[in-house]
Amino acid sequence: MTQTYSVIGTRPVRHDGVDKVTGRALYGADFQAAGLLHGRILRSPVAHAKIKRIDVSKAAALPGVEAIITSADFPDPGDKIAHLGEGAVNLRHLSANCLARDKVLYKGQAVAAVAAINAHIAEEACKLIVVEYEALPVVTDVVKAMQPGAPILHDDLVTESMAGATDKQPTNIAKHLQYKLGDTAKGFAEAAVVIEKTFNTATVHQGYIEPHNASALWSADGTVTIWCSTQGSFSVRSQVAELLLIPVSRIKVVPMEIGGGFGGKIRVYLEPVAAVLSKKTGKPVKILMNRADVLEATGPTPGSHIRVKVGADKNGKITAAEAYLAYEAGAYPGSPIWAGCVCIFSCYDIANLQIDGYDVCVNKPATSAYRAPGATNAAMAMETIVDEICEKLKIDPLEFRLNNAAKEGTRRADGPAFPKIGAIETVQTAKSHPHYTAPLTKGANGFPRGRGVASGFWFNIGLKSSVSASVNSDGSVSLVEGSTDIGGSRTSIAMQLAETLGIRAEDVRPTVGDTDAVGYTDITGGSRVTYATGWAAFEAGKDIQRQMIEKVAGWWKVKPEDVEYKNAGVVSKTDAAKKMSFTEIATEAQKHGSVIIGRASVDPPWPGGAYATHIVDVEVDPDTGKIQILRYTAVQDCGKAIHPSYVEGQIQGGAVQGIGWGLNEEYFYNDKGVMTNASFLDYRMPTALDLPMIDAVIVEVPDPLHPFGVRGVGEVPIIPPPAAIANAVYRAIGVRMDELPMSPGRVWKAMLKKL
Amino acid sequence: MSKKLHITCTINGNATEFLCEPRNSLLEALRDELKMTGAKEGCNNGNCGSCNVILDGRLVNSCLVMAAEVEGRSLTTIEGVANKESLHPIQKCFLEGAALQCGICTPGFIMATKALLEKNPHPTEHEARHFLAGNLCRCTGYDKIIRAVLESAECAGKK
Repeated sequence: MTQTYSVIGTRPVRHDGVDKVTGRALYGADFQAAGLLHGRILRSPVAHAKIKRIDVSKAAALPGVEAIITSADFPDPGDKIAHLGEGAVNLRHLSANCLARDKVLYKGQAVAAVAAINAHIAEEACKLIVVEYEALPVVTDVVKAMQPGAPILHDDLVTESMAGATDKQPTNIAKHLQYKLGDTAKGFAEAAVVIEKTFNTATVHQGYIEPHNASALWSADGTVTIWCSTQGSFSVRSQVAELLLIPVSRIKVVPMEIGGGFGGKIRVYLEPVAAVLSKKTGKPVKILMNRADVLEATGPTPGSHIRVKVGADKNGKITAAEAYLAYEAGAYPGSPIWAGCVCIFSCYDIANLQIDGYDVCVNKPATSAYRAPGATNAAMAMETIVDEICEKLKIDPLEFRLNNAAKEGTRRADGPAFPKIGAIETVQTAKSHPHYTAPLTKGANGFPRGRGVASGFWFNIGLKSSVSASVNSDGSVSLVEGSTDIGGSRTSIAMQLAETLGIRAEDVRPTVGDTDAVGYTDITGGSRVTYATGWAAFEAGKDIQRQMIEKVAGWWKVKPEDVEYKNAGVVSKTDAAKKMSFTEIATEAQKHGSVIIGRASVDPPWPGGAYATHIVDVEVDPDTGKIQILRYTAVQDCGKAIHPSYVEGQIQGGAVQGIGWGLNEEYFYNDKGVMTNASFLDYRMPTALDLPMIDAVIVEVPDPLHPFGVRGVGEVPIIPPPAAIANAVYRAIGVRMDELPMSPGRVWKAMLKKL
Repeated sequence: MSKKLHITCTINGNATEFLCEPRNSLLEALRDELKMTGAKEGCNNGNCGSCNVILDGRLVNSCLVMAAEVEGRSLTTIEGVANKESLHPIQKCFLEGAALQCGICTPGFIMATKALLEKNPHPTEHEARHFLAGNLCRCTGYDKIIRAVLESAECAGKK
């Protein structure tokens, strides 16, 4: 049965839209305050070294400088693990990542910080700080970092192993995960085709346009206020509390508008530094990163080395699969290796599999979450191998995916069985889309063209969300929520409250509250906000309904069970003519001096997971190896699309990030571990000119748990593009790409090898 | 610290004066001196377009213009695009077309679109993509932005 809705599925103008098209919306860097000082971070020029000495005397003497701090001004938080919502970190590592202690582990790591009357003076002062380094050998490659004799980043790091290894020698391998199902030897013996290949993918960055920023005021009463753009104001609050050893009750985090995050704005970098500078100066301090800081010192997503072996019988049924994944954690342990392991085979129902995953430290910035962290690297390997198997068996690649699709009850590599999911529906929709069967015409340039497909899986998450919703006397509702809004989620949450109450989306006024204004809410990440915070809005709506029923029953002097909430008002069950509209109740309640405030905190179970299948047509310039995207279709199960325009936007934006990952984006390092392309000119993200329109196709297999069937949307669309492009490139020029990005030089070299 | 310069110019039709250091960019002067924070800093080296303003009719990256260079000249910033009581058609098309997600690049895209349509009132999709290639957006994949630009041209044409 299809549920009919009056608000959900419509496309209202977003509530924060006018501010954002007029330049009035205030982002983190726009924060102003009387007496504001400007901070600047001194960063390591080398990738691996001991810090022997820091001399700040000359810098401190520069007129206009008000304070200089180093890690000596930070307390030692100890070896404690903090959960950030999309990954966990050791607090000692997090602290050293904000200001290095005795060692620097990557070029760009923060070493000292200055507060001055303007940013230029702060920068000049940084140049006057003398730091004496004792250089250490550098390793930036994941394979080399795993070899015996490799330079060791952490003398106290030993491998934490699920496979039961007991080697206690210092190593760069922080973790070895292992998952097994069935009997792979038996499975491979039953296979008619076995393909085994090795893949390498480069480090890439989230590439949000707004650099990191933080402003802080440490007040004389010991309270700290932080204004910043973050994916989680409560996460910032707890990180700063743990790092500076102050109670959360002393910290208020005010989330400013955020200019993109994609997973990269969860971990703190500047917030505790700004807070300590403010404590030292007694004035508010603002610190902004520049673009090179962002690329060199904030979390990119791991480069990786992946080996996959898959076998299938002659009917095209996968009989066994094995994967070995080594992900670069960067300077500190914590790559998304778990997600890589669990996602790599999760589009398929495979009885026999083994997955080994390694989290490996290298002299690069500590990696952060990036949209479906870990899954895109893995899909590049698995989805291109699946394509090769289809070619060998002469099976249509989407037919193959249907034959092997994960479905309700399929066991995931790490144990759990899938609830209701939309893998099959997504592939079916792609298969019947006109793009899939449209003829591939030749262009005027005569360049070879090809079409490719690939699928992706991501487990969206639940976690905690809180909202409060105050009914105003005019029948509108002021909604305060704790999820910072990166892409229109104020509206997708407001729409779920409006639907619950039967009022218009425009009659709900959503605000993102600070940490003192709303209940605890986890990060904006994991594709969870429209799912979990939307669920909280639904519950708050139900709370308002209950309160309205009680009030109206009281006014009518009847029992609450004799009235019900229906069609945006309360009606008598016994006398249909007797009713009060939502606005009438709101007005009347105010007259009686009673305010109706709905509230809810939820911690829902994780939804069933998200599936996507993408179709791409490419053209390859045979002289340069440059790949041009000609047509792109992205099909995705969204459960239920609350605001279809912003669902499409998530799909389109995610697909294009995946296209950038597939085609151009890459960190280049020299042999000293220095990134040589730390600008938007040289770190080449897609522009409007590089792309066609992205056709986003929404499939709706409602999540059975969520009140409106929402599944979450944001992350899975980044997963299929590199593999889909690689498969299209093969159809065009007969070359199987096994490296990312597929930049012109790499494609050209691969073409030469084939000759 | 060098002596500050006194600059006189026209911003969004208003005679404006401000003080700046010789080393200040126009973007710094707008944001820090004039508190006009609609122009954003994404890269500070001319690669992302988030700081776009129109200087004497020409689209510029304000991070690459020295503040002192605007002496006697006329500027339009995002703050001057809307009419007093209503949005500019480009703003309306961006808003109604959901052509923004995080919104940090939006002021730059709107300024660039304004400059494009002043030069070429009826761009093809390719011309729009070419003109806007200096503006980076990481959220939308450009699809809805390009549609909003073409829609803006159509709306202006109907008037």
